[in-house]
Amino acid sequence: MPALLEARGLRAGYGAGEVLHGIFFVVDTGGVTVLLGANGAGKTTTLRAVSGMLRTTGEIRFDGTRIEGRATEDIARLGVAHVPDGRGTFMELTVAENLRLGAYIRRDRGIAADLDRIFAYFPALGARSRQQAGTLSGGEQQMLAIARALLSRPKLLLLDEPSFGLAPLVVREIFALIQRIRAESGTSILLVEQNATLALALADRAYLLETGRIVIGGAADDIARDERVRRAYLGY
Amino acid sequence: MIAGRASLLAGAAVLLAPLFLFTGYHLFELTLTVATALAILGLDLVTGHTGQISLGHGAFYAIGAYVTAILMADCGVPYWATPPASALVSAATGFAIGLPALRLRGHYLALTTFALAVALPQILKYRGLEGLTGGVQGVVLVQPGPPFGLPLTPDQWLYLFSLAVAAPLFLLVRNLTRGRIGLAMVAARDHPLAAEAMGIDLAWLKTGAFAISAMITGIAGSLGAIAVQFVAPDSFPPLLSIFLFVGLVVGGIGSAAGAVIGALFVQFVPDLAEQVSKAAPGAVYGIALIAVLYLMPQGAAGALASLPQLRRRGALAAARGESPSRGGTGHVE
Amino acid sequence: MAGLLHQLLSGLASGGIYASVALALATIYRATHHVNFAQGEMATLSTYVALALIGAGLPYWASFALTVVASFAIGVAIERLLLRPMARAPALSSVGVLIGLLLIFNSLSGWLFGYTIKTFPSPFEAAAAGGLLGGYLSAHELGATAVTLAMLLGVFLFFRHTKTGLAMRAAAYNPASSRLVGIRVGRMLALGWGLAAAIGAVAGMLIAPTVFLDPNMMGGILLYAFAGALLGGIDNPLGAVLGGFAVGVIENLAGAYLVGTELKLTLALLIIVGVLLVRPAGLFGRVVVSRV
Repeated sequence: MPALLEARGLRAGYGAGEVLHGIFFVVDTGGVTVLLGANGAGKTTTLRAVSGMLRTTGEIRFDGTRIEGRATEDIARLGVAHVPDGRGTFMELTVAENLRLGAYIRRDRGIAADLDRIFAYFPALGARSRQQAGTLSGGEQQMLAIARALLSRPKLLLLDEPSFGLAPLVVREIFALIQRIRAESGTSILLVEQNATLALALADRAYLLETGRIVIGGAADDIARDERVRRAYLGY
Repeated sequence: MIAGRASLLAGAAVLLAPLFLFTGYHLFELTLTVATALAILGLDLVTGHTGQISLGHGAFYAIGAYVTAILMADCGVPYWATPPASALVSAATGFAIGLPALRLRGHYLALTTFALAVALPQILKYRGLEGLTGGVQGVVLVQPGPPFGLPLTPDQWLYLFSLAVAAPLFLLVRNLTRGRIGLAMVAARDHPLAAEAMGIDLAWLKTGAFAISAMITGIAGSLGAIAVQFVAPDSFPPLLSIFLFVGLVVGGIGSAAGAVIGALFVQFVPDLAEQVSKAAPGAVYGIALIAVLYLMPQGAAGALASLPQLRRRGALAAARGESPSRGGTGHVE
Repeated sequence: MAGLLHQLLSGLASGGIYASVALALATIYRATHHVNFAQGEMATLSTYVALALIGAGLPYWASFALTVVASFAIGVAIERLLLRPMARAPALSSVGVLIGLLLIFNSLSGWLFGYTIKTFPSPFEAAAAGGLLGGYLSAHELGATAVTLAMLLGVFLFFRHTKTGLAMRAAAYNPASSRLVGIRVGRMLALGWGLAAAIGAVAGMLIAPTVFLDPNMMGGILLYAFAGALLGGIDNPLGAVLGGFAVGVIENLAGAYLVGTELKLTLALLIIVGVLLVRPAGLFGRVVVSRV
């Protein structure tokens, strides 16, 4: 099966400084790919590059078409849902409005049913649906961000450090959720994480990013066993 | 920014040149430009550095002008003694306005300050205060002459006098903004929450900035009154505050040179516009204003100073994923 | 007592004027987070265009409709051509551009149509010649208020209950996240400007019969409208309209009973500022809470 997302020779940066120096990675259809790396390695930059938020050179293929250079909103309309670092919540709008915006590009009639399903998945959101999103806790905002992304019925979900700033118990909940998404909906996922243990547990493929270059990549199990990764990120 | 003796001498030469190059009316216009530049400098302190939009600085200019006029005409105070008095009254007014106003942000503060600009001419015209202010007729002043029998025309002397008053104030602002206080102001502007967390007392900072800013613009008004030798309520319409703001934006915030460039724009472009089109000078002025902002969105001084840096700043903003126009954060108040 | 009632109704009548412009200001603010300082002058120019069309022989409502559409287009053009390139500039520069626009429109009105005061027809005059409500309000004032309220209802429903309205609000609050959900932010901003320009045109055409048309018609009105919008909460169309009415009443009562016409503007503004100090987001403005 051809990959859903493939990047080749991807370079990207902010203004004069280049952050990604030509990377290659793949997300299989229905699979989970994880990008590991320390702070400043370029993980967030990679997701932004895929989403068209930066100027890039190189090739990015999504579902067979080249998407590099396209506008963010066009890429979103192709079926890419990006949960950015910082969550990207619309703080001033209510929880319900945030969710409605997730379904913005859809024209089908299944939105209401999906909303019900979301509230079943996330009872906390249901209870707060009329509250201003800015009043939610960090964990709840993360759930809201993921729920919003799911409502667009994306082919590809981009998750930027979902564990960031959250308590360990909440992180486990979030990862259980991601596992569930993967199992039940078949959405492909590109996950960027610092928490390697949890991430590798649910990934098919993994890449290690260090200062803008991929140092190793391959099947998640192999990467988990790799010496460098174990020492640096898994702690043993 | 170039520094050093050479540029200091060059600067002094440029400032003194008009004494030899121009006479009469043109020199008078340049004297007014000095006053306007000083007024814009004051506005910059509060709007540029501390991020509090003021559309009412014309009122402080008017207050300074009127204090000078009243002291000169009614109390016989010599002209050179009036700027300090103007400074005091404007500073006090600025403090009084600033204290409650610091609770307001953005457009709310803009309206409040603009309300001041609108209210002041009405107050000045008020019949109840006519004894003091001269009502609609205003107050006429006598043109001061050069002291000690110096061989200068009154226009030349006034130009020198204004420079002599303005220059130390420019230095004062420069020292203020480059020091700890200046850093605190920028912090208060860009990240108030973080600033407070670091122990900066925002209330004092904002109010103090407002007071000093009002003081400086008040002194400018004093200089203006001495130069024009006439004050009346209609000399200080709300449009004056708008024009000071225009001067700030055209010249660029955070820059003394910008204040001067902005003052030149505000002083001379209206006349030029009228020469271009008698029928629609406002349109020409507006087009000129928009054109300048297009070509130099950071203002003239901004464009000059940041040519190599411009790319980097735009890049950092792109990195944060939003435009830099909202003061650095994606959320608007 | 009859005097007080008269002043109140009179105040509501002028308040209706301020409310209609305040609505345009709040609409634009909701959609773009800009305060449109040129709103008044745009409305004036639109009104002149309408007058020209009527003068050319078109019936009133046809001229009205055409003017609204043309104003919408001009609003979109302003956003696309003037403001979008300024998006990366400091916010203060955008304000400068709007002030420039204000001056241009004002000057154009005078240049193209002259400075003599003109009358503008009202579609409501035919209804009742002597005035309604015991002679306190004219048919036009009542009709104009009704139109303002109808526009308010339309705007309110649009922002609250339509997908596009929600997208416009989102685009104003957080353009980056809006793009991520597929919203074409540029289009939303342009739409917001077009809408506000259209509302402003209607406001101008409702105001002109009462205050007579001249290039500086909107100067004072814009200030009161701005005050009303802030009083009610500038991000809230309903609040803005209520604020506009309130300002009209305050101004009238202050002028009649407190300070006379000389200082009534000052007093009115003082009162408004006083309210803002107690409620910094306006009476009905939404105070945004964000957890740090």
